[in-house]
Amino acid sequence: MKRFGFAQLIVLLNFFALPTVTVAELLIEITGGSESPIALSIVPFSNETSQSLPEIMEQVISDDLSRSGKFSLLPASQMLSLPSRGKEVIYRDWKTLGQNYLLVGHVKFSTSEQLYHVSYELFDVFQQTRLLGEELTTNKKGLRKLSHIISDSIFEMITGVRGVFSTSIAYVTLQRPKGKDQYRLQVSDADGHNDKVLLESSEPIMSPVWSPDSQKLAYVSFENGHSQIFTQEVSTGKRRSISNKKGLNSSPAWSPDGKSMVITRSIDGNAELYLINVKSLRAKRITRQFGIDTEASWSPDGRSLAFTSDRGGSAQVYIMSMNNFQADRLTFEGSYNSRPRFGGDGQSIYFVHKKEGSFNVAKIDLKEGLLQVLTSTSLDDSPSLSPNGRLIIYGTQRGNKGVLSVFAVDGSSRYFLPARFGDVRDPAWSPFPVYQ
Amino acid sequence: MSLFTKKTLCAAVISATMITGCSSTGTKDGNASAAANQANQTSGQPAQPTVKVNAAEDQAAITAKKLAEQQAKAKVEADQIKEKQQVALREVRTFYFDFDSAELKAESRMSLLAHAAYLSSNSSAKIVLEGYCDERGTREYNLALGERRAKTVERFLVINGVSRSQLDVKSYGEEKPVALGHDDASWAKNRRAVVVYQ
Repeated sequence: MKRFGFAQLIVLLNFFALPTVTVAELLIEITGGSESPIALSIVPFSNETSQSLPEIMEQVISDDLSRSGKFSLLPASQMLSLPSRGKEVIYRDWKTLGQNYLLVGHVKFSTSEQLYHVSYELFDVFQQTRLLGEELTTNKKGLRKLSHIISDSIFEMITGVRGVFSTSIAYVTLQRPKGKDQYRLQVSDADGHNDKVLLESSEPIMSPVWSPDSQKLAYVSFENGHSQIFTQEVSTGKRRSISNKKGLNSSPAWSPDGKSMVITRSIDGNAELYLINVKSLRAKRITRQFGIDTEASWSPDGRSLAFTSDRGGSAQVYIMSMNNFQADRLTFEGSYNSRPRFGGDGQSIYFVHKKEGSFNVAKIDLKEGLLQVLTSTSLDDSPSLSPNGRLIIYGTQRGNKGVLSVFAVDGSSRYFLPARFGDVRDPAWSPFPVYQ
Repeated sequence: MSLFTKKTLCAAVISATMITGCSSTGTKDGNASAAANQANQTSGQPAQPTVKVNAAEDQAAITAKKLAEQQAKAKVEADQIKEKQQVALREVRTFYFDFDSAELKAESRMSLLAHAAYLSSNSSAKIVLEGYCDERGTREYNLALGERRAKTVERFLVINGVSRSQLDVKSYGEEKPVALGHDDASWAKNRRAVVVYQ
C-alpha cells in the first residue's frame, strides 16, 4: 500500500484470480487525502482455521481506512514482526517505524457452531496501551461485513467520529445496450461491493431516498409511462405505490420519524409540495404559489424543510417551518441554487450552486449565511450526506460518464466511484443500520 | 406562377378587354345588328328588329365569367398551397427553449398555430406534449421545468382553440436526451417540448 498524500491511486476492488471474491460493479478511485495522515499498521490477521478464508479481512479494513483519507497504512512487507494478539506485540518494532496505532487479529472457526470467531485488538504505540479488544462471531458469509464493523470501531476510537464503513448506498445506473435505455435501482455496501439490483426498467428511475430505519427505499419510477412514487423493502423487494396522481409524482423526502413524507405533485396546476402520511397516504398541500416547488429535505429535528423554489424568479433554496408552513428564502448568491440537504447537525445546508456555467456542490451555514463551494467537478447533482455527517456523496460527470464522487466535509478525503459500465447517478447514503 | 402574378394578369386581361370593348362600341354595334339582319334575310326569316347589343357589356360578361372561373381556380390552388404549408408546418413537432426558461420562441408560433388549426377542426385527434431539459442543474427541478415547458405549449394551443380534452402533458426532465454530448450544441437540442400525435 502506498502512502497517501494527494497521490492518485486506483484501487480495483475486484480480484479476478479469486473466484470467491465478489466483483464490484462500482470501482473506487482515490484522489485526495489528509495532509497529515495518522500512521496505522494493520498486521495481516492470522488464519487459525483449517481452511483459506473467503475474505482477506486486513485488506478490507485497510481499504476502508485508507479511503477515509485519515490514515497512512504501513505495507506488510515493511513490518518487523507479525503479532496476532496482545501478548505478541513488541512496541519497539512499531515505534521504530513511526507508527501511531497498531491493529492485530486472528480468526478461528467453530465447526460445531459453523461460525467464525474473529478477535482483534487496537494498540496506541506511543502510550503502549491497548485501546480496543473484541471478539466477534459471524457465519461463513459475514466476514466482509465484520471487517467493516471493525473499521468502524477503529475509526471511532481514533477520530472520535462514528464510522460509516458498514453502511450502504443506493444509486441509479443507466446503460444503453443496443441503443435502448436500461435503468437500474441498486444498493451496495458503502465501498461499492455486494451490489444488488432492486428494480430494472427501460423507463427512468430517479431520486432514491432511504427510510430512517434503513429498511426501505422510496423512489420515482416511470415504468407506467409517467412519474410515480413507490416504496420498496430492500430485503424482500415488496413494493407499494405512494403517489400516482395526474402530473408529477416526484421528489420523495422521508421525515426523520418515518411517519410522513413530503413529495412533489403538480395535480393542482404546477409543482407543489405535499405532506403525506405514509400509512394512510392522506395528503396535505403545503405550498401555494405559481412557481415550481420541489426537492424537499427535512431537518434532522423534523421541524423544518429545505426545498427548491423559483417563486422569486429563479431556482433558490428556501426553508419552511413545519409548524406554520411559512417559507423564507435562504440563498441570495448566484442565479441558480437547488436540491438542498441538511447537514448532520442541522446547522448547514448542502446544495447545488451555479457559478459561471459550472454546477457545484456548495454549503451554506444557516447562522451566518456564508456560502462555500466544495467541489471542482462541474456538472454536480444530488448531494447526499453520510449518517455521521462527515462525507458527501454526489453525482457528477467525468469524461463522458456519469460517476459518483465522495469527499469529506473537512477536506481530508476524496474519491470517485465510477460504474464499470454506463452511468451512475442519484446516490443516497443509508442511515446507520438498525440491528435487529 | 404565384398568386399575385396571376391576379395581376387577370386584372390586365380584364382591363385590356374593357378598353378594347369600349373603343369599338359604335362600329361593332352597327356591324353586329347589320350582320344579324343580313343573316336573317339570307335565310328567309323576317328581319329581326335591330337590338342594340352592347358589345362592351357582352365582352364584360364574358370577361366577368372568365374572371370568376379564374378566381375560383386560383382559390382552389391557393387552398392547396395553404394545406401543403399547413402539413409542412405540422411536420415540425419539436420546439426549443432557452436555458432555465419555458418561454416559447417566436419561430415556434407558425407551426403551433398549424397544430392548433388541425386539432380544433379534428376533435377526435389527441396529442401528448412531452417536456424535456438539458442535463445541467438538478434532476427533480428539471422534471418540473420540463413540465412547465410542455404546459406552455398546452396553454398556447388552448388559447388558439384546442380543447383540453385533446391534450395531455408529460415531463421527462433531463432524461431521454436526443443529444448525448456535454456541450452547448447538445444541450440546446435537449431543451425541448415535443408534440406526439396519438
